[in-house]
Amino acid sequence: MTNIICIICPKGCNLIVSENGGTIGHSCARGEIYGREERINPVRIVTSTVKISGAVHSRIPVKTKTHIPKHLISDAMRLLDDVELTAPVDEGFTVIADICGTGIPWVTTRGM
Amino acid sequence: MHELIVIGGGPAGLAAAYGAWRDGLRKILIIERDKELGGILNQCIHTGFGLEYFKEELTGPEYAGRFIKLLQTTQIETALDTMALKITRSREVHASGKQFGYAVLPAKSVILAMGCRERALGSLGIPGTRPAGIFTAGTAQRYINIEGFMPGKRVVILGSGDVGLIMARRMTLEGAEVLACVEIMPKPGGLLRNVVQCLHDFNIPLYLSHTITEIRGSKRVEQAVVSKVDEKRQAVKGTGFAVDCDTILLSAGLIPEIELPTAAGIKIDPKNIETSAPGVFICGNALRVHDIVDNVTTEALRAGSAAAAFVLSEKIHD
Repeated sequence: MTNIICIICPKGCNLIVSENGGTIGHSCARGEIYGREERINPVRIVTSTVKISGAVHSRIPVKTKTHIPKHLISDAMRLLDDVELTAPVDEGFTVIADICGTGIPWVTTRGM
Repeated sequence: MHELIVIGGGPAGLAAAYGAWRDGLRKILIIERDKELGGILNQCIHTGFGLEYFKEELTGPEYAGRFIKLLQTTQIETALDTMALKITRSREVHASGKQFGYAVLPAKSVILAMGCRERALGSLGIPGTRPAGIFTAGTAQRYINIEGFMPGKRVVILGSGDVGLIMARRMTLEGAEVLACVEIMPKPGGLLRNVVQCLHDFNIPLYLSHTITEIRGSKRVEQAVVSKVDEKRQAVKGTGFAVDCDTILLSAGLIPEIELPTAAGIKIDPKNIETSAPGVFICGNALRVHDIVDNVTTEALRAGSAAAAFVLSEKIHD
């Protein structure tokens, strides 16, 4: 049995997940799925910024387009170190196409 | 004359203006002191916004972007880089900015959506020196996410409000070492989900019922002394330990920014979007600090509707 605090929404339900993935303590369907997945393969959406020139600010925000495995967070961050964009850039622009073989891209979260 | 002037172009101001437009007002002006709309959402690059209102998990800039795009479908005017300096009970807004210099703008209704400010070091009363390296969490957030430089390398966070927790993670991801998050209360100030994904995920220790009892350092912060507190929030002697750090982030509460109505003698009831001045409404974090932006949006849409109803009923009386 594993105790997990759900991070899906601001409620923060206390989940208890058993070895076979059965979850109690959730108050919605998404929480149930989260509990099961978090025990075997924890994933996160990671957000950061990259350099941009010719824009109103010197950084533009980015995110992993969807959840990536938690253990890849620091490797994913390192991919952004040498990126430099030039304005104009649209929201949703692909900054890095494939994060560490996951097929998931880093994309911008606003236009600038 | 404008039917509505909205002061502040953050999430509350954007939704308030849109709510009023939806309900039939056509001459609406948003006054924003920054160079762009979106307010604090622009620097809140993390996800977790919009789950209630949009049924999607968005980042701050994405959430702001939704409303900015929505406004582009209307004829709502915006004055950027413009500061509202004064309002009156008779709904005149004094503003200063490039667009119209210093102007006194009369309006049929006003919505106050100035947001909130962070509690700063001066109101915390921590003994010790006052070296460089002490920031509010939101200031550090702006430095990193908008301006692109790191405020420090070894960090202690005082308070466990959501901004502080978010910054613990953000600074860690950018290569800083976050040594401790220190909370005077016996439970965290921020949302539990942020304790999990910002502290637990990165093994950052959270000291509950602890506070910083001394700041040491001459030019730059060198140490923070962390002590246990008793039930009366008084430091317990002999429990202090020094943490070597170069940076202290403060995440010790948010305060509604209400100088404008206060100076005008306009009274505010934190439970009510109406103020004591007819036709002057208030919403979002300027009214009371909200945990999530979705609730700000809902409240601001209501304020927009209320302003529209006020103006349209006056029209009938005319």
